Amino acid sequence: MPGEMTQPLWLRGGRLVDPANEIDLPGDLLLVDGEIRAAGKPGEVAAHARALEESGRVARAIDLPEDHIIAPGFVDLHAHLREPGLELRETVMSGARAAARGGFTTICCMPNTQPVIDDRGVLEWVKALAQSAPVRVLPIAAITRGQEGAALTEMHELAESGAVAFSDDGKPVRNGGIMRLALTYALTTGRPVINHCEDPDLVGKGVMHGGPIATRLGLRGWPAAGETVMLARDLELARQTGGRYHAAHLSVAGSVELVRRAKEQGVRVTAEVTPHHLLLTHAWVAAEREGMLGVSAQPGGVSVPSRGVQPSAGSPSRYRYNTAAKVNPPLRTLADTEALIGGLLDGTIDCIATDHAPHSAVEKECCFDEAAFGISGLETALGALMTLVHEYRLPLKRLIHALTVAPARAFGIDAGTLGEGQRADVVVIDPHARWTVDPSQFASQGRNTPLAGIELRGQVKLTICNGQIVFEQERRKTRHEGREG
Amino acid sequence: MSDRRNLLDLEGWSAADITAMLDLAVHLREQHQTNGKLDLLHGQSVITLFYENSTRTRVSFELAAKALGADVANMTATGSSVEKGESLLDTIKTLDAMGPSVIVMRHHASGAAETAAGWCRAAMVNAGDGWHAHPTQALLDALTLREQWGDFAGKRIVIVGDIQHSRVARSNCWSLTALGAEVILCGPPTLLPATFAAAYPDRAVSVEYDLSHALERANAVMVLRLQKERMDGGFLPSLREYRRDYGLTPERLAPYPDLPVLHPGPMNEGIEIDPAIAHGATSRIERQVANGVAVRMAVLAWAAGAVDLPQGQEVTYGKK
Repeated sequence: MPGEMTQPLWLRGGRLVDPANEIDLPGDLLLVDGEIRAAGKPGEVAAHARALEESGRVARAIDLPEDHIIAPGFVDLHAHLREPGLELRETVMSGARAAARGGFTTICCMPNTQPVIDDRGVLEWVKALAQSAPVRVLPIAAITRGQEGAALTEMHELAESGAVAFSDDGKPVRNGGIMRLALTYALTTGRPVINHCEDPDLVGKGVMHGGPIATRLGLRGWPAAGETVMLARDLELARQTGGRYHAAHLSVAGSVELVRRAKEQGVRVTAEVTPHHLLLTHAWVAAEREGMLGVSAQPGGVSVPSRGVQPSAGSPSRYRYNTAAKVNPPLRTLADTEALIGGLLDGTIDCIATDHAPHSAVEKECCFDEAAFGISGLETALGALMTLVHEYRLPLKRLIHALTVAPARAFGIDAGTLGEGQRADVVVIDPHARWTVDPSQFASQGRNTPLAGIELRGQVKLTICNGQIVFEQERRKTRHEGREG
Repeated sequence: MSDRRNLLDLEGWSAADITAMLDLAVHLREQHQTNGKLDLLHGQSVITLFYENSTRTRVSFELAAKALGADVANMTATGSSVEKGESLLDTIKTLDAMGPSVIVMRHHASGAAETAAGWCRAAMVNAGDGWHAHPTQALLDALTLREQWGDFAGKRIVIVGDIQHSRVARSNCWSLTALGAEVILCGPPTLLPATFAAAYPDRAVSVEYDLSHALERANAVMVLRLQKERMDGGFLPSLREYRRDYGLTPERLAPYPDLPVLHPGPMNEGIEIDPAIAHGATSRIERQVANGVAVRMAVLAWAAGAVDLPQGQEVTYGKK
């Protein structure tokens, strides 16, 4: 293991936040041989460091400002890494680098590649690609062969080979009979079945949330019922089969209510929400920055005058039909974002997943109808989500919980805590650092984000995966930083 | 070109803006009738780029540009590199590199003109984008109604038909309400979703599903084309029932013998409008077509920067 070769790391002086162990205190962290040796009060950790030194090994000390947060490395249950087959958009390596920059140390990659991850051969291929990646990449395998919704994949072999879950993401499992079989068959794998809830008959060729803005812009609507109808079906099937079901990227208030009721009734369901569905609304398609990320940035939104001098081509975000805000499921209403935040607060929604969906420029530089769905989200997730903390909408502890132990538990991944002996996956966050999103600086090949040019508050400073530093934000000269010990 | 002027939609246009544009249209038409070809756009070029079929819009833009003295190049998607898979971005950049003053574009995707405007130096005039907007149609409708009414205050117009898929209806919602009129949208609920009631906040736009009720309050009626492919989408049970409920028939119009009738064309006579109405005494459909040329002269002259539209003042312009 690479972790065994590296110098031990000793993080000193920050705020230790480990929701899995109910820890939130000024504390230190000692990482040795890819494992967490000690986490806790500075004196206790120092004792471990001294003991290590007596055994002949000197830890590299990294002194942190006291407001910096030391947390478990983030776990993303939903990322599209595009490889094999769609390397113009992303590769496993570029996606994993983006993850490291975003503070993620474990990412689960979706199988809608070319070929689809639907048999052991492709799964092993992706695992091989992930070997040299800076963060841990766990593949999700398809539910049905070719994601065609007809025949189940060899789930037992796939699970034994490392498939962490099953999903036909990008496409819904349209046939309820197949979903019932999948939930039943997957029971013996211990792995969850994920559905991307989108009733194709209700959604049709919808490209944005079906509401007044779609009406005004003349765009086909993607109705809320397109999600809730299929989710209701799946929850009923999960109840009847006893299967493990995970609902991907919830976007509407009705879905939160359905999952809440199902959980109350003991259905084995977990659910995720994306940063963009929590923070952005359909108004962003019309270049109006509605919601928490827009209030201070552009008061009253940016409406484009149809007459007179237009902004230069250098500021395309002032135009409506903003393809960077085209995503599936679509950005919804302010009321939906409120319900999703509420669901996250009360635990109805277990975790936050990015649905990182990188695209090449040509797939976004076109008419809204023709543009690809998706947002490149790994590198902006933390900064965007910290808005919820700064606006007093979500406690920091719950945010970290939803990015670490909650997703790890949903898929049964050994990650997400700072307990002794656990994998040395750690992120250090400066909660107050202000930075402006500049997609040209992304490690991801996908520069498709509606947050370009938006100032965020909260930044990943350091990412450690398996005991190794995999990302370090350039230090500012003005800040007092520690020296190597 | 920092003084570039785009006509993407009439959203945001005030009554003064629209009135000035209509005044300019009337004036340019008189000038053209008196003096023949004008030279306002002499030495400038206009490209029309049509991704959808068109008769009246494309031809009237071409005639308008020529009447102003411009050189005109017409391009359609069929027979061009678009068929080889050239993207809109590349097509626009290629045409723009040839230095036209104005690109007039019709495209099947909503927002195409607005998106393309961000990619070119030429002024962009939207000749219809998807379901979204058709601003020159709305201007010629406004000119036709002004000729009829004189003043828009207190006037009501019923727009009846497939509202959901209509760029004409959407643009008219902005322009006619800006001028002071009230718009009543009418059609079957599958083609007139309830979201229309909330789509135009602060505008006098309302939704009415009963055509007879709507007509009781109307000072004019605009009939939209019913595209027969809507039948395939299951929006309607039958054309027969559509005609029964929403067709403009002599029987339905009998109580309102003077009600002016507009239609943006092309018509499905016998479905949304009966021939007796389409070609009857109250039809303003041919007048709409004639006004289309005048309005497009004004739009092109303005977009190319040959004429200014001072707000709230009499239009001043001159030969360059």
